[in-house]
Amino acid sequence: MARRILPGFPLALGITLVYVSIIVVLPLGALVFKAASLGFEDYWRIVSSPRAVASYRVTALSALAATAFNLVFGMALAWVLVRYRFPGRRFIDALVDLPFALPTAVAGIALTTLFAENGWFGSVPAHAGIKVAYTPLGIMVAMAFTSLPFIVRTVQPVLEDLDPALEEAAQTLGGSDRSIFLRVILPLLTPALLAGLSLSFARSLGEFGAIIFIAGNQPMSTEITALLAFIRLEEYDYQAAAAIASVLLITAFLMLAITNILQARALRYMARG
Amino acid sequence: MKIRLDNVVKTFETFRAVRDVSLEIESGELVALLGPSGSGKTTILRMVAGLEYADAGHIYFGTEDATDIPVRDRGVGFVFQHYALFPHMTVTENIAFGMKVSKVRRDKAAIDARVTELLRLVQLDGLGERFPGQISGGQRQRVALARALAVDPKVLLLDEPFGALDANVRRDLRRWLREIHQELGITTLFVTHDQEEALDLADRVVILDKGQIVQQGTPEDVCRNPASAFVMNFLGDTNRFTAAVSGGVARLGNATIPAPGFSDGPVEIFLRPSDLGWNVSGEGIPATVARVIDRPAGRRILAVTASGEAVELDVAPETQVSAQDKGIIIIERARVYAAA
Repeated sequence: MARRILPGFPLALGITLVYVSIIVVLPLGALVFKAASLGFEDYWRIVSSPRAVASYRVTALSALAATAFNLVFGMALAWVLVRYRFPGRRFIDALVDLPFALPTAVAGIALTTLFAENGWFGSVPAHAGIKVAYTPLGIMVAMAFTSLPFIVRTVQPVLEDLDPALEEAAQTLGGSDRSIFLRVILPLLTPALLAGLSLSFARSLGEFGAIIFIAGNQPMSTEITALLAFIRLEEYDYQAAAAIASVLLITAFLMLAITNILQARALRYMARG
Repeated sequence: MKIRLDNVVKTFETFRAVRDVSLEIESGELVALLGPSGSGKTTILRMVAGLEYADAGHIYFGTEDATDIPVRDRGVGFVFQHYALFPHMTVTENIAFGMKVSKVRRDKAAIDARVTELLRLVQLDGLGERFPGQISGGQRQRVALARALAVDPKVLLLDEPFGALDANVRRDLRRWLREIHQELGITTLFVTHDQEEALDLADRVVILDKGQIVQQGTPEDVCRNPASAFVMNFLGDTNRFTAAVSGGVARLGNATIPAPGFSDGPVEIFLRPSDLGWNVSGEGIPATVARVIDRPAGRRILAVTASGEAVELDVAPETQVSAQDKGIIIIERARVYAAA
């Protein structure tokens, strides 16, 4: 075997495993353990209670809507940042990461103020009778805000590496702008889009700080799953909190698994024959 | 389809890439644009394709002014140096791309038949289901050619088509491209910086320098009668001397070189290594051998003249010569140009 430059395999793997165990597996394991200490019937009763189901619905639907929104606007933003040179480009590029850096509670309070019925943004749709703050729409806004960087930052590098000759080749072959985008650019961006999409969706499912300020938190309508778990925790009902949290965990895990499979399919051309 | 460029100009920022180039390519001709990097050859090719627009001048396809026709309607086949195959499509899908996006509707059977025909033409039968990442560089370039030919282009344009391939594959593909051209008779323009490639492949060679055409003609024309010192230099190894002409002859060492038509004064004399010989005595340039390099076709002597100039000359493989030998460089052929 060729000599390697980096520290040996046993050491590197050891450190990695210890780290993953302590930071990721241990807390999640404790969660599953706690939930498992309920009998199946109790578990099922808690996770299928009408209030819990309503919270899944609003969380999942808002996360889907926020992800769909970010898919379009995140891609547009990445496109503009990569393809065009304009004054302020680097500033906008830096702004994209702001939702990561900003404490989510601060973001939540700011968004609530802006989107309240008498706020700068909220007053416009209010004329048409549409309320944003304290409705599922507000949840969606908060989710979209906190997960925007995922799509931009996954698509951007792939777009930067896209060989301009591919588009030129497609043009010389008579492709219209539309068919070049749909047949050449989009398929090549798909793996990155899927990665960004799954991260964005997973983050939206788990978002807490930004949402609780804008959501209104009415049980059965604007109460998100993470908040319900938190409420159970406040009531010292640790088992119920764990049970509800486990639903989020399983959903996020399934979703990541599905996107991984889709991604592998989209990248099958990379496999060497 | 005949192509005509009429006083074409292209400037990038402040760099004048193409200056007033006029060029005619006859229908069915295979023409090489040859020049060093920065000579504007690729820019000219891209303007013919419509991938760049000329700042001034016109480009005609036949009698039609194609200057402002967008690339997708121009009907050219373009082969890129690094293939530019669509990595997420199989070889078959790559070749079919142009037919699928075309405004002319074709049914699936017609597309399949055409793809099969093209795969046979480029000798890649059986590789249709592979992805570009799964075939070799030479095969990729043939797929790129098939893809360009699939839309029945009026003109075929190739940008350094063999530049990214290794020497053996390059030579094979060159001969093969020549055969394909003979078979299809499509007007073809290709760009290269490799003079051997241009001379090997083209009916006519157009030599460019600093955005201008410095000479064009058959490979024989440009090899036997290089129009300028630049062309002489660019087409192959040369030894350059400066000398003075007096009475229609120039003197190098104790050899005289006829320089008819040159008035008295300084000139540049270019000697190819194969235009020189080595002898122990005679009329020529006295020199000392510094090193001998053996090559399959003969021996190359690196010599230093009495006045300290380095000279390279090719001699027959059986010539007995070694470093430190003293002798005379015999001049068999020389080209004289006015001093720059």
